[in-house]
Amino acid sequence: MSETFYEVLRRQGITRRSFLKFCSLTAASLGLSAAAMPKIAQALETRPRTPVLWLHGLECTCCSESFIRSAHPLTRDVVLSMLSLDYDDTLMAAAGHQAEAIIEMVKEKYRGNYIVAVEGNPPLNEGGMFCIQGGRPFVEKLKETCADAKAVIAWGSCASYGCVQAARPNPTRATPIRKVIADKPIVCVPGCPPIAEVMTGVVTYMLTFDRIPALDRQGRPKMFYGQRIHDKCYRRGHFDAGQFVEAWDDESAKKGFCLYKMGCKGPTTYNACSSMRWNGGVSWPVQSGHGCLGCSEDGFWDKGSFYDRVTGIHQFGIEANADVIGGAIAIGTGAAIAAHAAVTALDSLRRRAGNKDAREGIEA
Amino acid sequence: MLSQNDVQEAKARGNLAYSLYIYEAPLRLWHWANSIIMLALAISGYLIGSPPPTLTGEAADHYVMGNIRFIHFVASYLFAIGLVARVYWAFAGNIYARQIFLPPVFNKEWWKEVLFELRWYLFLEHTPKKYLGHNPMALLMMFFFFTILAFGMLLTGFGLYAEGADDGWMNALFGWVAPLLGGSQQTHGWHRLGMWIMMSFAVLHVYAAIREEVLSKHSLISTMISGWRMFKE
Ligand code: HEM
Ligand code: HEM
Ligand code: SF4
Ligand code: SF4
Repeated sequence: MSETFYEVLRRQGITRRSFLKFCSLTAASLGLSAAAMPKIAQALETRPRTPVLWLHGLECTCCSESFIRSAHPLTRDVVLSMLSLDYDDTLMAAAGHQAEAIIEMVKEKYRGNYIVAVEGNPPLNEGGMFCIQGGRPFVEKLKETCADAKAVIAWGSCASYGCVQAARPNPTRATPIRKVIADKPIVCVPGCPPIAEVMTGVVTYMLTFDRIPALDRQGRPKMFYGQRIHDKCYRRGHFDAGQFVEAWDDESAKKGFCLYKMGCKGPTTYNACSSMRWNGGVSWPVQSGHGCLGCSEDGFWDKGSFYDRVTGIHQFGIEANADVIGGAIAIGTGAAIAAHAAVTALDSLRRRAGNKDAREGIEA
Repeated sequence: MLSQNDVQEAKARGNLAYSLYIYEAPLRLWHWANSIIMLALAISGYLIGSPPPTLTGEAADHYVMGNIRFIHFVASYLFAIGLVARVYWAFAGNIYARQIFLPPVFNKEWWKEVLFELRWYLFLEHTPKKYLGHNPMALLMMFFFFTILAFGMLLTGFGLYAEGADDGWMNALFGWVAPLLGGSQQTHGWHRLGMWIMMSFAVLHVYAAIREEVLSKHSLISTMISGWRMFKE
């Protein structure tokens, strides 16, 4: 219980030199100044290790896949050593009753002092029967595990918003974590999956500083989700200039113009892709020539085509966008006016010919 | 507001008055300025969602989207300031300045007048009535498709604008809009739909104004220019 992070890391065979490197890397990736590095080192050396329980609900494991591919091998090793010790269905060695017993053990030993990281979400229909773990609905396990936690991390769009399993009509009633767990601080790290460095950054921040990073209105860490893809996109210059790709493989596409007209959701998406990029900064969707899908936004599966700029508004029950509905209203109005004007003209002609006494003054 | 009341008031005020001062200068100024601003907003807004064909050459040589968005944002500030000023004028101006904010929806007589106007527009009545202020039907339309919608456009517009702004007053005031409407993309959709509805209203409004001007025996368009309502008989 009294073991510090540093001790755990040393036990895992990580040298002090690597440890210090890790501290400065972390400071940099969190956007902190160089002065923060010794603070991180000191915190990790003195603070008792916070256990992390990593649960998996309805999900595809893309968050785990992303996480273990964190760019810097050092970061990956260190963060994994800090985490996987306790519980993670996918990564841990234990299985069956042995594995489930770990949760009980951590809950008891570290009451109110451990972090639950959830990948995926619980389906609530049919009493939660669409996701069974250890012989019972995942939603029960989730609630029990979170009951004594200090904080909860909702990994990916699944845990944050519902993602594909919650897409209309959401047959299993897959439900985001924040609608199931109400009494714990929840950090949402959306994305399908989130960027590896964002994930490790969030975990490291919480473990080293023993507090939750500053969150925005939707519960996302501001340091990574405070900016729109569009505002940091390297193709933004072409957007402002009015230079767009009009069709895949046209001249503009070859020149790397803005993908706005191809339905890029960068203007409506908050994520760090355009600044941190993917796979250790190698590239990111727009750089490879495809628009952003908006994968880190609420309900991105239900927002119409990935390839349209003006997309459907769902409240109408039909798949129609503002231009379709609005155009119909405008045309309808125009037609009504034309017809009305025609009838008005006919009517006054007829009455002028007929009864002249239709003219009346003010009653006064 | 009622046609009969109006007649009585006309009698009381002018005794067989043939013209009355209805719309004061600030209101008229606002009306025409707002019409131009809204046109600019609708056109620039439409082009934001459906930009003109791509330009070739160096990016540094053009600033088309930048300019379109600049026009939209300048116009939206003017629109917002105008709307606030117009709300102020509802308090400071005469009773006709209050009409579009407070249609007398609890007044049965007024609804009868709305019904009358409906019949008139459906050619079921042959003699148009005259009103000092707005015709009740027009007022109803203005209330829903201008007053309410204008605030809707303001909220969704600044909700979108707040996305580009860092934490500050803008975010504090309007940051809640986009999450409430289901995200940024949805907000764009509603804002755009609002533009279509607003423009449909504007076309209808102009048509009705011209038609009434021709058919009814009192002035409308010139009233919005000079402020004086003239009764032509
Ligand atoms: C009645 C007035 C208005 C009309 C008719 C109007 C119309 C539009 C339209 C059609 C769009 C394009 C939507 C899309 O396809 O994504 C748009 C975008 C936008 N409007 Fe307005 N708008 C109005 C008022 C405002 C106001 C008051 C603001 C406040 C600042 C505002 C801010 C914006 C912003 C920020 C965008 C998005 C620009 C972008 O994505 O680059 N609008 N507007
Ligand atoms: C050339 C175009 C236009 C003409 C000829 C016109 C004419 C008029 C007239 C005659 C009135 C007074 C109605 C009455 O006497 O009862 C009026 C009022 C009004 N119009 Fe227009 N209009 C035009 C454009 C617009 C546009 C584009 C809008 C905005 C969508 C608009 C919004 C209003 C509003 C809100 C009022 C009520 C004024 C108040 O009480 O403050 N108008 N208009
Ligand atoms: S490619 Fe997408 S994110 Fe980049 S500038 Fe164009 S619209 Fe914005
Ligand atoms: S660019 Fe858009 S769709 Fe692609 S990973 Fe980033 S947020 Fe998701």
